[in-house]
Amino acid sequence: MVSLPAPPGAAALALSRLGRLTVPLALLLIWQAVSTFVLDDTTRTLLPPPTAVAKAAWELIVSGELLRHLRDSLRREFIAFAWALTAIPVGVAMGWWKRVHDQLDSLVEMLRPIPPLAWIPLSILWFGVGDTQNQFIIFLGIFFPILLNTIAGVRSVEPNLVRAARCLGGGEGAVLRRVVLHAALPQIVTGVRVGLGFGWMALVAAELVGANSGLGFLINDARTLLRTDVVIVGMITIGLVGLALDLLIREFTRRAMPWSRSMQH
Amino acid sequence: MSAVHIDHVTKIYPGHSARDAPVLALDDVSLDIADREFCTIIGHSGCGKTTLLNLLAGFEQPTAGSIDVDGTPVGAPTWRRSMVFQDYALFPWLTVEQNISFGLEMKKVARAERQAVIAAQIRLVGLAGFEKRYPHQLSGGMKQRVSIARALSVEPQVLLMDEPFAALDAQNRALMQQEMGRLLAEADAASRRTMVLVTHSIEEAIILSDRIVVLSSRPGRVKEILRVDLARPRDEDDPAFIALRHRLRVLINEDIAIQRESAP
Repeated sequence: MVSLPAPPGAAALALSRLGRLTVPLALLLIWQAVSTFVLDDTTRTLLPPPTAVAKAAWELIVSGELLRHLRDSLRREFIAFAWALTAIPVGVAMGWWKRVHDQLDSLVEMLRPIPPLAWIPLSILWFGVGDTQNQFIIFLGIFFPILLNTIAGVRSVEPNLVRAARCLGGGEGAVLRRVVLHAALPQIVTGVRVGLGFGWMALVAAELVGANSGLGFLINDARTLLRTDVVIVGMITIGLVGLALDLLIREFTRRAMPWSRSMQH
Repeated sequence: MSAVHIDHVTKIYPGHSARDAPVLALDDVSLDIADREFCTIIGHSGCGKTTLLNLLAGFEQPTAGSIDVDGTPVGAPTWRRSMVFQDYALFPWLTVEQNISFGLEMKKVARAERQAVIAAQIRLVGLAGFEKRYPHQLSGGMKQRVSIARALSVEPQVLLMDEPFAALDAQNRALMQQEMGRLLAEADAASRRTMVLVTHSIEEAIILSDRIVVLSSRPGRVKEILRVDLARPRDEDDPAFIALRHRLRVLINEDIAIQRESAP
């Protein structure tokens, strides 16, 4: 075990983080300057200064509107995610049994290259405008990354781990549940990470055209009212939440599978 | 009654493609291993010694011939023939004690008894204090100790070992060989079990074995069987040890020389 250096003090940490923000802060200042001093009243409507965006954000937060849209979007994402978890058993079966793979592979290969967004027209006709339609699109975005990563994870399980389990008395079920699933877990979680990201992007697109709430709806609705400040607030929120989801899963991986990093070396 | 009865076993691997010729890995190998005997199969790489071990475990099936253990034909892998792998094959998501516990859980051993067995095994292989560690926090030698403890915990009829110390550095390898030799010397008749070791290390074979089977290469055939009648634990400076080492070296080198001549 390597001993870690002592953590730096809070002040030093804050300073070093601030240092990394130099370029983004400079860009923000340039944006503010251009919007305030270069653009005229008409074009400023198209690119409001950061201060105006911040003001809009504050109003949206105080009124609870932003939170309401965010909650709707997140709810859709998580419901779709729960459904998309079915990709794990399907992927394990496809990765483990050649006959299952042979049956399903051509179907998966045919459906996989179709972008979730291309399903939107059909989805609106099937489910109408609203939650189900959105969840279906997000589901498609999440399902395939999880499926493909699960298959790959199962196939790359160290053969000797399976042999070891067998010659310790493990039957087919135990080998699958206690060895294959565990060994494939880091890659399955990678699939979940990619999938949630994909799903989040698909969600916003689905809400742009087929929803009455959600962040995608918010920014599209604001466009029709020429509220570019609200559009930008919505965009920033979408970005921040996507980032937060990603960090959440990474943190989960780090805590739940401390062994996985050592395996990747 | 012999514990392991290998009867005219042949193993042919099909070529990777239609153009590749099939490979004859083992050619008509017959061998009896006695109950509680430590039998080593030696030969240089490609002689089919690992193939023979895989057949014994039940990971692969012979093309012709049969293998019995205690009168029962070898079928699918079972805890009755547990294996120690060169790459340890520890479950990285389980701690040391959970790894050792795995086979016991598969055997549906009750929790209390499981804990007793784990504690005994950990003492036996000298891993006290490391019970809660994960494999990636252990050195190679310690990983192999866990692997040996895990394979022994299920009380197999036959313990199979596939080059268990080959991945270790020279010092650790020598240490593990000595310790294994000590364990064998201290084991009483009741706790000894049949062991089959595959190795290319001549010293390892002499330190540990009751009998050494020399396999020739491509195809693998039994070339010679030597009995090791030295008192345990064995002394590498013993003239009898040295003589045996010389004899084995000649046998194995002959084989390499024949291979070179027949090579295109």
